[in-house]
Amino acid sequence: MKTTEQTHILSYGKLALVLVLLLMLTGMTVAVSYVHMGFWNVPVALTIASLKASLVLLFFMHLKYEGPVIRYSFLSTVFFLAIMIGFTFWDVAFR
Amino acid sequence: MTSRIDTTGVRMGMWFFLYSEIILFGGLFVLYAVYFHNHSHYFAEGGKELNRIIGSLNTVVLLVSSFTVAASITAIQREKKGQAVGLLLFSLLCGFVFLVNKYFEWGTKIHHDIYPNSATLQDGAPGLNIFFGLYYVITGLHGLHVIIGMILLTISLVLILRGRITASRFAMLENSGLYWHLVDLIWIFVFPLFYLVL
Repeated sequence: MKTTEQTHILSYGKLALVLVLLLMLTGMTVAVSYVHMGFWNVPVALTIASLKASLVLLFFMHLKYEGPVIRYSFLSTVFFLAIMIGFTFWDVAFR
Repeated sequence: MTSRIDTTGVRMGMWFFLYSEIILFGGLFVLYAVYFHNHSHYFAEGGKELNRIIGSLNTVVLLVSSFTVAASITAIQREKKGQAVGLLLFSLLCGFVFLVNKYFEWGTKIHHDIYPNSATLQDGAPGLNIFFGLYYVITGLHGLHVIIGMILLTISLVLILRGRITASRFAMLENSGLYWHLVDLIWIFVFPLFYLVL
């Protein structure tokens, strides 16, 4: 019987590449904040933040290599978070 | 008889705890969203009071520390104990730098009479009061998480040095790392919402 499970090893190079992407996106979000786009500033900032969060989750937190239980339970957390934020906001925005 | 270590189960427990943390901070972001909608002008004004340079610096510090924590897991899997210890020490240093920056940032704000229940905020516009109230609650709770993360990483570091965390058994390091990355994740959203609002 196997006493340990197969684990995925991420190389330093791949992790460093993710870090470089994260730093580039940080620079981009700072640069974009100086451009006045009216309504679009917040959605653009949040889109970049979500991209960065996805990189951290997929590679630093190994979510890409996890089994279905962790993967789907995480997605359902995001789903409930979206309901919480989205529905509250609709109520406030269209009252 | 061999005892089997269910490493996936150990990680699952950590993830379920992290979901509750995500919802905790999610609730605070709901508050932010609603008040931002009602007082967007004052939120922009408040955001300009915050130091973008310190904010950006702290973002870089946390991202780099997340990378070194992830790399320390790679090091332990490859049985490079020395590298893992060095990477963790560097991550702890990053956490410390983050907290020192936060100390100076809060210190400057408090010096300018901007803190909960200060005369400036009490007599000023309600929108500004709410912005800085949320700023102190969210960055304060986040700072507490940085401290807890540093404690968990220190425990992992000691366990590595004592040979209790090895290439075949590193769930403690992995879970401390997951916690540290969560701290990073939350900051990724705090940074644009507070420092970069227009």
